[in-house]
Amino acid sequence: MNCLYCQEVIDQPVTWSTLLHPVHTNHLCQGCRSELQKIADEICNKCGRSSNESLCPDCQQWLNSNDYQSVLIYNRSIYQYTSFMQEVVSQWKYRGDYHLISIFEKDIFEKISELYQSKSLTIVPIPLTRERLYERAFNLSLAIAEIIAMKTKMPIVQALERNSELSEKQSKKSRKERMATKNPFRLTKSLQTDILLVDDIYTTGMTIHHAAKVLKGAGSANIYSFTLIR
Amino acid sequence: MNFTDVLAGKLLLPQEIPLSIPTIAYLQRTNQISQLPSIKQKYNRYQCLRCGNSKQSLFANLPCARCHNRHVYCRHCIATGRVLACENLTIWAGDPPTWPKQIKPCNWKGTLTKHQRQAAETLKNALESRQPEQLVWAVCGSGKTEMLFPVIEAAIKDNLRIGIATPRADVVRELFPRMHQAFPQTAIEALYADSPDRTGTGQLVISTTHQLIRYQEAFDLMIIDEIDAFPFHHDSTLPFLANRACKKVASKIYLTATPRPSQQKQITKKKLPTIFIPVRYHGHPLPIPQPQIEWNLKKKLERGNTPNALQQFMDNRPNIRQLLIFVPSIAILDKASTLLNAVSVHAGDPDRKEKVLDFRQKKLDILVTTTILERGVTFPSVDVVVLDAGHGVFDEAALVQIAGRAGRSPEDPTGEVVLIHQGKTNAIEQAIAQIKMMNRKGANL
Repeated sequence: MNCLYCQEVIDQPVTWSTLLHPVHTNHLCQGCRSELQKIADEICNKCGRSSNESLCPDCQQWLNSNDYQSVLIYNRSIYQYTSFMQEVVSQWKYRGDYHLISIFEKDIFEKISELYQSKSLTIVPIPLTRERLYERAFNLSLAIAEIIAMKTKMPIVQALERNSELSEKQSKKSRKERMATKNPFRLTKSLQTDILLVDDIYTTGMTIHHAAKVLKGAGSANIYSFTLIR
Repeated sequence: MNFTDVLAGKLLLPQEIPLSIPTIAYLQRTNQISQLPSIKQKYNRYQCLRCGNSKQSLFANLPCARCHNRHVYCRHCIATGRVLACENLTIWAGDPPTWPKQIKPCNWKGTLTKHQRQAAETLKNALESRQPEQLVWAVCGSGKTEMLFPVIEAAIKDNLRIGIATPRADVVRELFPRMHQAFPQTAIEALYADSPDRTGTGQLVISTTHQLIRYQEAFDLMIIDEIDAFPFHHDSTLPFLANRACKKVASKIYLTATPRPSQQKQITKKKLPTIFIPVRYHGHPLPIPQPQIEWNLKKKLERGNTPNALQQFMDNRPNIRQLLIFVPSIAILDKASTLLNAVSVHAGDPDRKEKVLDFRQKKLDILVTTTILERGVTFPSVDVVVLDAGHGVFDEAALVQIAGRAGRSPEDPTGEVVLIHQGKTNAIEQAIAQIKMMNRKGANL
């Protein structure tokens, strides 16, 4: 078997124990696996990044803003955004290697059952604009949402639409520019239930907060969010 | 815009065509471009027609938002542009390209040695008769580039398109200015990832083998450098790309210092026409590697003990040359470098360039390295030691190349090559036999 990311052969020494109980390698070789850094136990209670304080300065700002203070209950993520992760995401998202999703499947399963087992939520993936969806041929957030739905049996509803005039690539902008962008999301279906927003990366939180605000305005009760990377 | 220049000989994905959608539609209406399927399926096996990949593990499914079907895409192509099964590839079907007529394209003033001249003559004949294949088996350090000038000149005079493919981007970067100097009037382009000299319209295209992925039936003369080298030899799709980039009637010239066993078999059967250049440009024979056995070598290396054979060699050698030590893996690299108190370098090393430069400038006495310094690098005066030469990464070609690092300069044309092993392998014996064979051929000239 080869590593899904670096194509290196995954070396498994043949012994009686590996023969009888093959080790679950999870599609990655030792080297790549060790580069994936999970977020440790100490986190900011709101955005879910590793932090010593229970509320990080960024989230403080969100709580102080009149528009966004109560739209999102909390965000949770699995991995830190390291330079290795950046490369993986660039191959996965921008070059379009959809199959890399299977690297994360097991970790998503674990995290999800730990976080939302007792809740009943509707999953809303963050949408792409029509042009970008055509270009990439798939929506990463939807792919992650499908994995969560497979595990928890929660329904997926694509309740949002992204306006192409108002959205440019977030990753090309600075923090300040991102904060000043207009809300690109439009509601296509109003939901009265609790909601789990799903996206691939939470960087400044602007995208998630925009989406949450639209849903909140339409009468959704509690909105949580889950991203793979923080 | 001249569409022929931009598109002729290319095989492109929809997003790679440098034209607007109405223009593409016009070209299609007038039958100047045609569309090919991108991934074909035969007996339940897929093959990507862009990169030639047919390894089934490198095809994955994707729920496509364009055609709303779940279909395969090629993971092998990901680095150069994703290929979806629902897309088509575009090729040029219009008029063939023409280039400006040149009477004397070559501006190179140097002279060739006797062997080089003979080889150059053979290559020119091969092109003239459109001989499909010609191998040049030239030892490390024999001056292969100059040998190519006459045949390239002949091709340019004949209004032909020429491709030079090499496995490494460094070589493309090095060749581009040299070719530009030798052929100042010719449209030359250099292709590697992020190359600034990508015009898409070159008559002479110098390219890494991977970049040939965008060419089909383009070249009349194809020169392939180091056909034996990694990645060409590990990645079976690369020969496919090189063959596809040639026109149906074309000449291919292979350059190598260490042909693979399959090629050697063809040579002995006389199925592959071959020119030998068995002497270096300075005329001295190649140093012959000395095998040295060491019991429990692997265990000693793992525990961090100095192997006796290495100690003896280090004690007895006159300290005039620098020492280059090859090891099979990164784990042993760290052990060996702490053991010898020396600097080490490997492929993922961020300071790789600086360390190699320091060694070349003689700031370092000993350099411990993995196989990355096996080929293409020249240090004027070194001794070479291979630790655990019986390891699988040191195959015949690797050992010949490693031995070829010693004795490169006319001032110091000899050098010691020691292979420390814990049991001779076929690779060791064959490498030594190959070097001796070349020296014998050289002596008979």
